[in-house]
Amino acid sequence: MKKKISTLPFKGTPEQAEQLMAVIAGVSSGGHADKSMLMHVMQQAQSIYGYLPYEVQVMIAQGMDVPLEKVYGVATFYSQFALAPKGEYNVSVCLGTACYVKGSQNVLDKICENLGVEPGECTEDGRFSVEACRCIGACGLAPVMMINEDVYGKLVEGDVDGILQKYKI
Amino acid sequence: MSNMVNVKVNGIPVSVPEGSTALEAARQAGVSVPTLCYLKEINEIGACRICVVEANDARGFVAACVYPVKEGTEITTNSPRLISARKTTLELILSDHNRKCLTCVRSGSCELQKLCKEYGVEDEDRFAGKMNKYGIDCSAVHMYRDNEKCILCRRCSAACEKLQSVAVIGANDRGFDTHIASPFEKPLGDVSCVSCGQCITVCPTGALSERDDTQKVYDAINDPEKHVIVQTAPAVRVGIGEEFGYPLGSIQTGKLITAIRMLGVNKVFDTNFSADLTIMEEATEFLGRYTSKENLPLITSCSPGWIRYAEFYYPELIPNLSTCKSPQGMFGSLAKTYYAEKMGIDPKDIFVVSVMPCTAKKFEAMRMEHTAVKGLPDIDVVLTVRELARMLKKSGVIFSDLPDGEYDTPFGLGSGAGTIFGATGGVMEAALRTAVRAVTGKEAESIDFMDVRGTDGIKEATYDLDGNVVRVAVASGIANAKKLLDAVKSGEKQYDFIEIMACPGGCVNGGGQPIQPANVRNTTDIRATRAAGLYEDDKNLPVRLSHENSDVKQVYAEYLGEPNSHKAHEILHTGYVVRNRF
Repeated sequence: MKKKISTLPFKGTPEQAEQLMAVIAGVSSGGHADKSMLMHVMQQAQSIYGYLPYEVQVMIAQGMDVPLEKVYGVATFYSQFALAPKGEYNVSVCLGTACYVKGSQNVLDKICENLGVEPGECTEDGRFSVEACRCIGACGLAPVMMINEDVYGKLVEGDVDGILQKYKI
Repeated sequence: MSNMVNVKVNGIPVSVPEGSTALEAARQAGVSVPTLCYLKEINEIGACRICVVEANDARGFVAACVYPVKEGTEITTNSPRLISARKTTLELILSDHNRKCLTCVRSGSCELQKLCKEYGVEDEDRFAGKMNKYGIDCSAVHMYRDNEKCILCRRCSAACEKLQSVAVIGANDRGFDTHIASPFEKPLGDVSCVSCGQCITVCPTGALSERDDTQKVYDAINDPEKHVIVQTAPAVRVGIGEEFGYPLGSIQTGKLITAIRMLGVNKVFDTNFSADLTIMEEATEFLGRYTSKENLPLITSCSPGWIRYAEFYYPELIPNLSTCKSPQGMFGSLAKTYYAEKMGIDPKDIFVVSVMPCTAKKFEAMRMEHTAVKGLPDIDVVLTVRELARMLKKSGVIFSDLPDGEYDTPFGLGSGAGTIFGATGGVMEAALRTAVRAVTGKEAESIDFMDVRGTDGIKEATYDLDGNVVRVAVASGIANAKKLLDAVKSGEKQYDFIEIMACPGGCVNGGGQPIQPANVRNTTDIRATRAAGLYEDDKNLPVRLSHENSDVKQVYAEYLGEPNSHKAHEILHTGYVVRNRF
């Protein structure tokens, strides 16, 4: 699936930038970054910022002297990299085989409708993000979703509004 | 010499250097294997699966372009199974390909089309299904991208990254969504693309093409108010013939002039003239800087792709760039001032068309900061050689039957020094020919400066002009230029004068030259072959030194005064801007 590019404003802090620069310095010697460490740096950057927006990818490209397109190409190739921030509550709906045949797509659609976002996006107020994931190892409870660390199983569409409401207050 | 290994290709024994690929071994045996994504030394990724062959030391089919042969390897290139596999691969490529071939700019020169015909693909819809919809990116000033015709061979992105170190295009997303684009899906016009057009010349299909500006020229020709004048760049005379069946490297200046005249334009002039003028200005500029030791090394400014690169990537070197406009720019500037006055025509009514081997010239023509007549562009339209050929074919001229024509006056005379501007090292050689004369007061013993010729990416030479040591370097292809400039910046290398051309091999291999398919590019050095044509042209011209060009002398006598005069500075020189890459 094509990755969605977030249009939410970047809220990085100087401390975060400093951390990222330290990561790049850690893979550099003599002022030259080891370009084979690009994915490692991107993973670290994602754990610092939560996602890889334009500003962060530019920092990586400049810091490591690799083309921005290379960074972006890697970021859009691997599903582990996110181009949109995670919300305060990250809703993750399993689309693995068992959940899917039990109707998890309908659950996901309902969540998106409720929050007004597409999978891979974050609400403008930064509270909810929605993503589709693969098996979380709870097939017996299919269809399953997680909201941060909370697991919800045996879901039907009608459960969605009520569950989300708990997190909205 | 490396070790040789003995292999067989379709039963034919051949001996090839160790490490050779099956493709190279096949060629050695006189067998051609079809390729699509493969570009020698630029894109060797074995992705398209058209070059599959069978090898006795491998299971299944292997991609010949990346399969290394060993002692005893036996390769089969044309079994029925392979032919059938290649056909299926083509049908799969077609399943997500916009097949409006009749109206495609590359119909007839498309490598995919050619292979489909050769392999007898009968049903374009064999694997009909969902197709990607992208729309056309027209945001860049010099080209269009139609990803619905892209086959994801990655030749464009490899050229952009490996030849040019620009890397503003690449593969985004994955699987069925994979597409070639820029970071964050920015349109090409919004990224630090330098407009060199190398991606277009390596594209096998109609996914990438130059922006077609031919209609603007037709409109001007049909406008009775407009006085349409055409200039033809040095490398055009060696490129145009390829569009009409002539071999690589053949010089077609005479027929080119006649053909353009038959389009109904008012005058046909030679950019070689303004190349000579550039030499007069630039050699003078160089001697000035050499004497004062300021802003050295002087770096040439003829290549607009290089200039755009410098503005994006080496802003700190802007003071080192020659302030001379390119020959195209100088021509346009004089056309709208000196020529307008001489002919008694309002500059607004003069329509200057450049025929260039270059797509970046389309960008250069849009630079309005330092035009000779405020508010008027120096150049109205830039046509690549391909666009001109399209116009000529439409006009019905039988190119091969045309008599040789002569350029019009007063910008008709170009020296051999002007002609070699089209090859890497040519500007340097032309400048040296004139600089020797300016420094020593006499002509060079030999005006052939062989050290700066040839297609090496980086060339260096040192000349002693009556005790003045001049260290020069020449780079073509931006990846080479980057290497050279980084060595200069770090202090590892010192030069006085550097020539840089954005395209590998210089303008002869420019992004606006006729398309040569990969099978020609992989087996012929098109840069060297076209350049040889220009050096032959230089050898045969009666005037080979810029400072002996009588048309140039006349312009100085009647209008400009002397090189680098105040007037020359106002009209023929320019300035640059720092551009932000991100």
